Amino acid sequence: MNSIVCVAQVPDTEARIKIAAGNRRVDESGLKFIVSPYDEFALEGAIRIKEAKGGDVTLIGFGPDRVQTALRECLARGATKALHIKGEVVEADSLGIAKVLAAAIKTLPHDLVLFGKQGVGTDNSLVGPMVAELLGYPQVNVVTHLEVGDGKITAHREIEGAEEAIEASLPAVVTAQKGLNEVRFASLKGIMAAKKIPIDTKTISDLGLRDSDIFNQRVTVVSLELPAEKSGGRKIDGSDPAAAAKEILKYIREEAKAL
Amino acid sequence: MPGVLVFTETKDGKLTKTSREALSAARKLGAGDVAAFSNERGAADDAGRYGAKKLFVASIGPYSTETYAAALEQAVAKMQPSILLLGGTSNGRDLAPRIAARLNVGVASDVDRLEWTNGKLRARRPVYSGKAFATVEVSSTPAIATTRPNAFPAEEVGGGPAEVVEIAALSIQPKAKLIETKIPEAGELTIAEADIIVSGGRGLKEAANFSLIRDLAHAIGGSVGASRATVDAGWIDHQHQVGQTGRVVSPNLYIAAGVSGAIQHLAGMSSSKHIVAINRDPEAPIFRVADLGVVGDLFKIVPALTEEVKKAKTG
Repeated sequence: MNSIVCVAQVPDTEARIKIAAGNRRVDESGLKFIVSPYDEFALEGAIRIKEAKGGDVTLIGFGPDRVQTALRECLARGATKALHIKGEVVEADSLGIAKVLAAAIKTLPHDLVLFGKQGVGTDNSLVGPMVAELLGYPQVNVVTHLEVGDGKITAHREIEGAEEAIEASLPAVVTAQKGLNEVRFASLKGIMAAKKIPIDTKTISDLGLRDSDIFNQRVTVVSLELPAEKSGGRKIDGSDPAAAAKEILKYIREEAKAL
Repeated sequence: MPGVLVFTETKDGKLTKTSREALSAARKLGAGDVAAFSNERGAADDAGRYGAKKLFVASIGPYSTETYAAALEQAVAKMQPSILLLGGTSNGRDLAPRIAARLNVGVASDVDRLEWTNGKLRARRPVYSGKAFATVEVSSTPAIATTRPNAFPAEEVGGGPAEVVEIAALSIQPKAKLIETKIPEAGELTIAEADIIVSGGRGLKEAANFSLIRDLAHAIGGSVGASRATVDAGWIDHQHQVGQTGRVVSPNLYIAAGVSGAIQHLAGMSSSKHIVAINRDPEAPIFRVADLGVVGDLFKIVPALTEEVKKAKTG
C-alpha cells in the first residue's frame, strides 16, 4: 500500500504578514516557513498506513529550494521518499499547481494520495480535488477519520453540523482535516535517518509540462493589501458584573441589533 | 448576454442562506441573466424570488462529488455562462475545484467581494486567514468563485418562479459513495454560517466551564466558538475552532469571553461586524479589535449577561 503526500510550505501561522514592493506578494524576507499544518495530518495518516500495511510514503513538494527543508522535516517524521519539483509556485494558480502535482503523481507508485484540506495562508482549498479530477480519482475532502480496506477506503468527511462516511475505491484522493490524528514529532533517530534519504528533483519540463500552462494563467493576483488597522472601540470597567451585563445588552440591542 | 450560473443547495425544500446570498451576489454582478442549478424542482419558487430566471434541475439525490460534477457540467454546457458561482459550503467547496479542473478554468475561493469589469471577474478574498486581502482576477470562461457565507446580503427581488430546465439523466458510476450521515452534537449550530457566535478561550480555566459559553449562546440564539488553545487542550471539539487553523468567520455579532486574542484567532474573527470582548487583562490583544471591551471577570459577567438576554427575550 503506497501513499503520496503532497506537501506545501507556508509562512508560520504566528508570523506577521508584510507586503512586498509591487503590492502583489508577501514579503518573504525574515519570514519563517513551516509545513502547512493540515499537511501534517495528511502525513501522519500516511505514516500510520505504512506502519500497518507496509509500502512507501512518498512526498511531493512544488516550490523554490526552501521547500527541501519542509521535505526533510517530513522525511524525519517517517516518510520514505521525496520528490522536489522546482518552480516559483507563487506565480501558479491552483489548477497550475494541480497539473504539476498530477503529472508527478503519475510517475510514482501509489494507491492513495493525501493533501491537507487547505494550504494555510493562501487558503484556497482547491488543489486536492483538482488533482483528483485530473487523475480521474474519487475524492473525500476535509477528512477526520480514515480506514483503509481491500482496494477501498472509508473516510469521514466533515460537513455543516454533521459528518458523512464515504466509501471510495482506490486509488483515491483524501484531504486531511485537524482531528484526523495526533501528529508525531520527529525523533532524533528519524532526523538522522532522513539525512541519508536523497531528495529527487525535477523541473516542470521534466514532467512534460509547459510553463505557459502553469504560471500566470486563469487566476492572477492583482493586488495584496493589509486590512485597515482597527483602533479598538469603547472599553468599560466590568467590576460591577450586573452593570456590565446591562451595558453589553444595550450594545447588542442598539448597535448590533441582534436581539 | 451569457449570464451567471449559481450552484444552489436546499434544506427542507428551501434554498439555504448561503445559496440565497450567492444568487443575490450573482444578480448584482450585472453580467447578464442569473440561472440556478439544483437537485430539486421545488427550488424554482425560491430561486425566482432571489433573481434567477431559469433553474437547471438534475434529479440526482443527495450530494456526491462525481454525480454533481457531471450534472453541473451539463448545465454549464447548455447555458455557457460567463461566471459560475457556488456558495462556500462544504459541498460548494468540494465541487468548485472538481468542475474547474474538468473545464480547465480558474477559481477564486471564499470571496467576500465580486466585480464584473471588462469581461473579467475580479474578486477580493481574505488570505492568511484575514491578515491580508488579495484581489484576484479570473480570466477563464467561465470564471468560477465560491462565496464566503455571511459576506453578501441575500435580497429578495420578488420574481416569479424560475423556468425549470431538466438536465438529462446521467449514467455515471461514482467511485465514491455516501454510506452514512452522522449528526454528532444535535441542536448546536455550526459557526460557519452563524449570525451570532459566542466564543470561549483559555480564561475559562477548564472544559466544564464551557457550559457558561453554551448557556449564553443558547439564550441569544448563537453558535459556540472556541480558541485554538481550548481545542488543543481537548476542552471542545475542533468544529468550534475559530482562527487560522480553524474556521474564519464573519458573523454580525461575535462575543469573546476569556479569549486573549492570539494573532491567529484575531485573523479568524476580526471581520465580524460587531465584536464584544470580556477579559480580565486590560492589555489583552482582543481589545484591539473589540467594538465593546469589558475588563472584568467572565465568571460573573457572562452568567449575568445570559440572565439579561433571557429577560430581554421574554420581556
